[in-house]
Amino acid sequence: MSDSQWPLWEVFTQGDHGEPFEHAGSVHAADAEQAMQNARDVYARRGEAINLWVVPSTAIVASAPSDAGPFFDPGNDKAYRHPQFYKVPKGVKVF
Amino acid sequence: MTQKPGAPSASLASPAAARSAPAANPLFEYVVRLGDDRLVLGHRLAEWCGHGPILEEDIALANIALDLTGQAAALLALAGEIEGAGRDEDALAYFRDETQFRNALITELPKGDFGFTIVRQFFFDAYSYLLWEALAGAKHAKLAALAAKSLKEDTYHLRHSGEWVRKLGDGTAESHARAQAAVDALWRFTAELFESDAVDLAVAKDGIAVDHGALAERWRAIVEPVLREATLTVPAAPGAAATGGRRGRHTEHLGHLLAEMQIVARSHPGAAW
Amino acid sequence: MTPNPALDAGEDPRVAAFEARIAAGESIEPKDWMPERYRKQLIRMMSQHAHSEVVGMLPEGNWITRAPSLRRKMSLIAKVQDEGGHGLYIYCGTETLGVDRQELVEQLLNGTAKYSSIFNYPTLSWADMGVIGWLVDGAAIVNQTILAKTSYGPYARAMIRICKEENFHKRQGYEIVATLAKGTPAQKAMVQDAVNRWWWPSLMMFGPSDTDSPNSGELLRWKVKRKTNDELRQRFVNLTIPQVQAVGLTVPDPDLRYDAATENWLFGPIDWAEFNEVIRGNGPCNKERLAARREAHEAGQWVREAATAYAAKHERRSTEAA
Repeated sequence: MSDSQWPLWEVFTQGDHGEPFEHAGSVHAADAEQAMQNARDVYARRGEAINLWVVPSTAIVASAPSDAGPFFDPGNDKAYRHPQFYKVPKGVKVF
Repeated sequence: MTQKPGAPSASLASPAAARSAPAANPLFEYVVRLGDDRLVLGHRLAEWCGHGPILEEDIALANIALDLTGQAAALLALAGEIEGAGRDEDALAYFRDETQFRNALITELPKGDFGFTIVRQFFFDAYSYLLWEALAGAKHAKLAALAAKSLKEDTYHLRHSGEWVRKLGDGTAESHARAQAAVDALWRFTAELFESDAVDLAVAKDGIAVDHGALAERWRAIVEPVLREATLTVPAAPGAAATGGRRGRHTEHLGHLLAEMQIVARSHPGAAW
Repeated sequence: MTPNPALDAGEDPRVAAFEARIAAGESIEPKDWMPERYRKQLIRMMSQHAHSEVVGMLPEGNWITRAPSLRRKMSLIAKVQDEGGHGLYIYCGTETLGVDRQELVEQLLNGTAKYSSIFNYPTLSWADMGVIGWLVDGAAIVNQTILAKTSYGPYARAMIRICKEENFHKRQGYEIVATLAKGTPAQKAMVQDAVNRWWWPSLMMFGPSDTDSPNSGELLRWKVKRKTNDELRQRFVNLTIPQVQAVGLTVPDPDLRYDAATENWLFGPIDWAEFNEVIRGNGPCNKERLAARREAHEAGQWVREAATAYAAKHERRSTEAA
């Protein structure tokens, strides 16, 4: 059998109740249970997380740099998606 | 037939030990036993720091060593308080000789290979988990609070070591052989964890401690299924169980461990660090 | 990516675009196009950094079993563990450049990769635990605070996490130093001796003077490095000397003096011959450090293989059951 450092997993942590999960880093682990334990030991040893996700790194699909223009620029000129686009009569509290 | 860890064992104690007077302060004695187990085991585990089989596991073992050392510090501080003679956790850890240590023998054995370390942790974690669970209801507020906090830590320790026992037992032929060798070597040291003597009984009578013997059955209910799942053989009765730690009769290993642990502190008596 | 030095040298329009992004302060992410030299330099620098963290566990790990109080023992275990964590973060960052950790570990073990020469010095007394945390981690923090702004995103992110954690290292180190400095005469002598041994190696941690640093120019242009070695070294000395004085210790440098005009603490010449000897593998502990890493790696092989075999078996079993 050949030696290895085990497959790579991406770790996402939730810092507090209701907060989004954020990418914290990666760990090596032979299986999902070990990935979970290693993520706990590496990325939550200072109480940084109340929940963890681990995902095999190979399962992450990333946008390509060449997609950057077509993917994201069109989102920049749609002012009508933002609340500031709309006028509200003076003195009225909408929210 | 398998050896029952809680069953009376052929004791290696000298007759003198049996005749010795009951401890002056059983609660102090009891809490020191709890503290010493974790102090010595935490020390052994910390020997892995920087030498683990893979970076992630190095970090995991350090976490457990930290939990155990933290538990030991809190327990020895509590023992010092109970004793009321002005000794704090460091006085108890660094300025007692080996015959005054009360840890179970299983905790002081050299760390061995990773298989030995893991199987030892697994045996101890299962015992410690059950003990904290019971002590969380102790009629001693400080001890009960400590037990509740430690129970959370040990729940994770047990998950960690249990998972590794499965991986090593049911991994490769080599890992299976090493794990089985560790189980066989350590089995006779487990009975000591479930012994009850005058100290235990005195403290149990006050509703503080639990009867350790009563935990043996439940320990086997945790340990044996995992060993089987890991394709490991639960040993048959191996003859005389190893015991004596609770009375200060240790293996040859503890003296060396303490010589190393205490050297700096004892070379500068009265110094602050 | 096809490495093509000729194209990288400037004919490839992608190089101009890449350098424009760097100049604009953008960060480079793993899938972005980058010159092959940039990738190579990053792999070299990041893996050296990761190796340093992992080898750095050894000199301090040497004192865990002898820590003189339970509080100190726990801080030290936590600190050495953090070094392992930092190594892990940076290895993972390096892996985003398309290199496997197994490969990096092998480079360390077969001696082809370098690590910080500071860890080839022995830890000879408990005071070394204080002085390393204070001076060695202090020097590392000066370096890493700047590296947190490095142009490569994964490296910068690892550095931000590491800097947060390193501050505890430096404080616990300085606390030990301050305690010993106002302790018994034996303790004070112990800590002064440790400062005497670690001072110059700590200054060497910033690397050769810029005039002799072969990689500096390129790394600065690509904002992998943001300050020169000499700038960082001076910053460290300026920060540290008041801390030395505050606890009544001295540094082993007869030439040390404050220059009011530049507001710098000027220090004497560094013994680069010693530095080069240590880099070449002839430091006091080079062989021991690598031997310890090799031993851990070799003794751990059956463990790593067991976990892999177990995972394969159980994945097969769960597939068969489905």
